[in-house]
Amino acid sequence: MSVTASHKVELDRVVVRFAGDSGDGMQLTGSQFTYTSALLGNDIATLPDFPAEIRAPQGTVEGVSGFQVQIGAVDVHTPGDEADVLVAMNPAALRSNLKWLRPGGQLIVDLDDFESRNLKRAGYAADPLEDGSLEGYRVTRAPITSLTKEALKGVGLGTKDIVRCKNMFALGVVYWLFNRDPAKTLAFIADKFRKDPALVEANTKALQAGYHYAETVEALPSSYHIAPARIAPGSYRHIAGNQATAWGLLAAAERLGSELFYASYPITPASDILHELSRHRGMGVLTFQAEDEIAAVCAAIGASFAGTLAVTASSGPGIALKGEGMGLAVMAELPLVIVDVQRAGPSTGLPTKTEQADFNIALHGRNGESPVIVLAASSPAQCFEAAYTAAKLAIEHMTPVILLTDGYLANGTEPWRLPDVDAMPDIRRPTPPADTAVPFQPYLRDPDTLARFWATPGTPGLEHRIGGLEKEDVAGDISYDPANHQKMVNLRAEKVARVAEHIPEQDIRCEQSGKVLVVGWGGTYGALLTAVTELEVAGESVGLAHFHHLNPLPSNTEAVLSRFEHILVCELNSGQFARHLRSLFPGHDIRQFNKIQGLPFRVNEVKEKIMGLCHG
Amino acid sequence: MGERAVQVSDAAKLTKDDFASDQVVRWCPGCGDYAILSAMQKALPDMGLAREDLVFVSGIGCAARFPYYLSTYGFHTIHGRGPAIATGVKLANPALSVWEIQGDGDALAIGGNHFIHALRRNIDINILLFNNEIYGLTKGQYSPTSQQGLITRSTPHGSLERPFSAGEVALGAQSTFFARTIDTNPKLMTGIFKAAEAHKGTSLVEVLQNCIIYNDKTHGMVTGKEHRDDHQLHLEHGKPMLFGADNSKGLRLSGLRLEVVEIGRDGVTEADVMVHDAHDPDPALHQMLVRLRPPEFPMALGVIRAVAAQTYDEALAQQLADGQARARVRSVKELLHSGETWEVS
Repeated sequence: MSVTASHKVELDRVVVRFAGDSGDGMQLTGSQFTYTSALLGNDIATLPDFPAEIRAPQGTVEGVSGFQVQIGAVDVHTPGDEADVLVAMNPAALRSNLKWLRPGGQLIVDLDDFESRNLKRAGYAADPLEDGSLEGYRVTRAPITSLTKEALKGVGLGTKDIVRCKNMFALGVVYWLFNRDPAKTLAFIADKFRKDPALVEANTKALQAGYHYAETVEALPSSYHIAPARIAPGSYRHIAGNQATAWGLLAAAERLGSELFYASYPITPASDILHELSRHRGMGVLTFQAEDEIAAVCAAIGASFAGTLAVTASSGPGIALKGEGMGLAVMAELPLVIVDVQRAGPSTGLPTKTEQADFNIALHGRNGESPVIVLAASSPAQCFEAAYTAAKLAIEHMTPVILLTDGYLANGTEPWRLPDVDAMPDIRRPTPPADTAVPFQPYLRDPDTLARFWATPGTPGLEHRIGGLEKEDVAGDISYDPANHQKMVNLRAEKVARVAEHIPEQDIRCEQSGKVLVVGWGGTYGALLTAVTELEVAGESVGLAHFHHLNPLPSNTEAVLSRFEHILVCELNSGQFARHLRSLFPGHDIRQFNKIQGLPFRVNEVKEKIMGLCHG
Repeated sequence: MGERAVQVSDAAKLTKDDFASDQVVRWCPGCGDYAILSAMQKALPDMGLAREDLVFVSGIGCAARFPYYLSTYGFHTIHGRGPAIATGVKLANPALSVWEIQGDGDALAIGGNHFIHALRRNIDINILLFNNEIYGLTKGQYSPTSQQGLITRSTPHGSLERPFSAGEVALGAQSTFFARTIDTNPKLMTGIFKAAEAHKGTSLVEVLQNCIIYNDKTHGMVTGKEHRDDHQLHLEHGKPMLFGADNSKGLRLSGLRLEVVEIGRDGVTEADVMVHDAHDPDPALHQMLVRLRPPEFPMALGVIRAVAAQTYDEALAQQLADGQARARVRSVKELLHSGETWEVS
């Protein structure tokens, strides 16, 4: 890449990271850059990096909010390992985000903010702009605050409001840097502030001032061009994982012809599902903010008993509390979707950071023999399909289904080609057969799925009693008979095992057989696929089996494992899925690669690990 | 499911027997629960509800077996969580009459949180609280309503805890309906169950129930033949608070306290006696009434509080109707294409 002034450099993809104080509007700045790039046809993945504190003191490292986006002329599956460009609005943002900037990367700082008080607040003993510590990066010292003030003289706003526009100045600089037309954001500004013409003028001027500043001062070494990606034709929108989960549930309820009952208790990072669904009263959504996690799962079970698609969601600590309720749904054989937006644990852990360490609790976290279906979503947009499938399986097989997503998927966004809702698979309500005997036998089963029938209150002639006590097969009376208990335990296990006959076989990406099979599940898909694809292109014998169905596993799982010499299970936990595979399929060389730092995998670290196995 | 070849029940023709299930009732001989079940089966035909529109939900405990013995829909769930499950049933299908059966441990210990929040939300369900002041199913430990000092298997040196009064907890949680009855008075129970069903909102009925095995005669001061005239105050809205043999006693407000007076003594007439106002939104007098305890005072029975207030389920239905009337997005297809989208060709 040339560093000659002001010429255009063609790039396949680029990672930009915006970082500033919580009040600096970095999420807005990042998402505007994202939208504009999407409209130009780039493929995209984003990741916001929120501070854990709601309002940490201004100028401190704790109060820094970041937003990373990767845009590409080629397929983009992750927000990127490292940033090519870092915009740091203050010393604290630089201090906490410099580690994400690749060596030689472009750093843009607001020079005005680098004065002694702010440096001290950020914990700098010396000014990093002066002490040589930024050698190895290309640094643009832009007096963003003072230039914004200068540009906005006479718009009739106070200093505080004027300074708030500095994020638009920074965005203008970045737009020039990447040859983006700011028209989309100017339209956004006009709409967002339509009630206050002074703010429209101020933000517009700040954005234009930033753009012109970058163009004229030659403070930046070059500008970049990222061509449109080859993207499948269709209608697109941006979607975050939690929103996609909510919409997938809505689609399932609509297809079933049911209201959607959603009960939850506020918890990071799952609350956005509640926020999204509670907006849709107009679509018949019953959201219920319960008094605690237990009440949330129980209210959902009650709604399920009454015949409604019922869902609860939480994150690790709340999932732990819901265990007894889930066990009741296993015993009563009622459909229930439990979404676990995983975060770093144990206990409160790192609430805003991602992890995949709830596989074990999803599979085993209930008393007694209580199998459930476990699914995992693999990308923000895929949460839509995953949630739909979770609801479909719960209802058709009359069982709880746990859907594992995670904080990374929940908040990450990507462009989503809108599916044809009419073409989604049907959801069949297991209504009792018309010739059902009276009195109704609650544990009579569908011979194919072994699901019992969903007889709901309000239906004459089907009155029955169920509950958490063991019941006699078919008749459903309380039973303490030892042989009956064994039979019911076996039936519940067999019912879940048979789901494998109703789900797709496991596919393999890249090489279909050979040296190393990378195995993953959940939100690591983007990083694993990128790593495996790049190595395949480089000639390595490597494939990827990324699992959406964790319990039961697809019926061809062992056959898939058998095609490769080594298996490398990559997980953001200590090896929970790897151990599960080893116990089910002994005799395969199942290795593991684990990371438990609250962070997603970086593509490069996965590639290094795979290369070690390819050539070890 | 209109084509189902089964009978559609005619609520008007149902009798007590129609509400009995085919299950053998398995409480201890002499348990107060039998009388409560019988009173419920007797009250149900008078409510004009079809069996299929009734749901009995319970948690865990002796009381929680109740749904198995009724021919309605029933769900025996997990300890203390009945109010949350009943809430889900009611919100999913507001046309149902939802009853929730709890014991004192279920409602006021392990399920205390769900109990108070159901009352606070005023969801239109009926909660029956069988209060025998003991854990029966686990074989005799003290409960949150046990009298201080009670000797039980878990308190061989006497219980250290001050008991909850269900009524006080309920009023603190903004209950709109609180009634108290006793398992020895079928007529009173039947009437109160019907009043609970008639009330829109969360109706809480405390049944002073006897556990013959682990806490026999715990309510003896109220129910015992020798005491019952002087220790039972049967409240009726709009009627004077009279009790005792021949209604010779009454309650009068003296300053900020209730006092017992005798009619005809010291010039006291019936006109001096308080008239019960169950509909008063101010819970101050209801609070005084639920706190009365023998031997100084009679135990207040009957509908102590029944206040009209919007129910959660009505308010939710209103939001749904308003939302549907205003909705710009009515289908998932419209939702997907709403807001910011773009075309790639």
